[in-house]
Amino acid sequence: MGVTINPLAGDAAPLPSGTEQEALLQQMTDELQDKGFLLANVDRLVNWARSGSLWPMTFGLACCAVEMIHSYCSRYDLDRFGVVPRPSPRQSDVIIVAGTLTNKMAPAFRKVYDQMAEPRYVISMGSCANAGGYYHYSYSVVRGCDRVVPVDIYVPGCPPTAEALIYGILQLQKKIKRTGMLWR
Amino acid sequence: MDLALQDLGEYIVGHLPDEVEENEIKLGELILSAKAEGIIKVIHFLRDDVSCQFKQLVDICGVDYPDRSPRFEVVYNLLSLVHNNRVRVKIRTDEETPVPSVTSVFSAANWWEREAWDMYGIYFSEHPDLRRILTDYGFEGHPLRKDFPLTGYVELRYDDEQKRVVYEPVKLTQEYRDFDFLSPWEGVQRMLPGDEKAGDPELAGEEAGTGGARTGTKKVGETGGGEDDNDDAEARDRKKNA
Repeated sequence: MGVTINPLAGDAAPLPSGTEQEALLQQMTDELQDKGFLLANVDRLVNWARSGSLWPMTFGLACCAVEMIHSYCSRYDLDRFGVVPRPSPRQSDVIIVAGTLTNKMAPAFRKVYDQMAEPRYVISMGSCANAGGYYHYSYSVVRGCDRVVPVDIYVPGCPPTAEALIYGILQLQKKIKRTGMLWR
Repeated sequence: MDLALQDLGEYIVGHLPDEVEENEIKLGELILSAKAEGIIKVIHFLRDDVSCQFKQLVDICGVDYPDRSPRFEVVYNLLSLVHNNRVRVKIRTDEETPVPSVTSVFSAANWWEREAWDMYGIYFSEHPDLRRILTDYGFEGHPLRKDFPLTGYVELRYDDEQKRVVYEPVKLTQEYRDFDFLSPWEGVQRMLPGDEKAGDPELAGEEAGTGGARTGTKKVGETGGGEDDNDDAEARDRKKNA
């Protein structure tokens, strides 16, 4: 029935342009015109949607925030990946911990994380968020934000460049496409 | 500049002989040492006197000298925009004796004094709201005291069973390493391995030999100076073309 694509090939890279791809596209167009609908794997569709609209919670804590702002702004423009900063944890899918997490901030940070809806992801950005970094031996700094929340992606650097953060976000997209599912 | 500051210092001491103990000029800045009991009067005078007019309280900070008998110093930095002058007032106190708060003179002092209390545990009497300002809620100790350990006493993690952030005694996986390096900008001054023979007179001749070799290299470099001539020639060519 209809177009059949090898389901095992779904995780592989998209078809390169050529006769094979054109044949497949033609097949899909015919199907759409004939029946008016397409069939696809729902979980794959959901993963595509999730990874294509990762809305991060704005959580700039220190100088890393400046690099995060750079990656949102016009030069790197995270909008084109569907990454739009949100002011509320209830609207966001991912929290980018950009900067030093202090003891005083930790309960507030956990509260923000708890308010995010599932599925939620955490990107730890920079040395301080990864393991305390420069302030590892300080009396007032959490030695890594993974002591407070589970972390999906660590972006190293002090601070990481905007490119590095974007690379981290792309890695998170890859991770969602690879492991994401409808239930958790 | 220094003369004007000198005059100002003497003027202030002349008007407050009981409160100001000494005035000195260090690095082109006027420093007054005052008695803790009289600090309000001193600050008040510095703010309101016509030839002072230090109307900005820039900073209040604490200093801990663990070897001195009243161990703390409180430093008031004042700025006069009218006279383009700065003055620093120092008083001394210990862990128990409260310092009169200057919030009645400068409302900006409120948070500065809270900071000095938080970091050093210096008491300020008559302060409207003397509580911690920077450290964590429920923090114990005063972290800028010299006897406070760098890593503090507690660390923090999220407890999955209690569903909240919990505090535990510090457990470092690696001890803090205190490197005894000299300034990286000055370079390492001590003997490096392999340098033991450097000052040996027997090897001086050999060293001279190396020196000769170096001159030789320099000569090669000088021959390289011919490049400059080439550059000049090129420049002339360019001039011609222009």
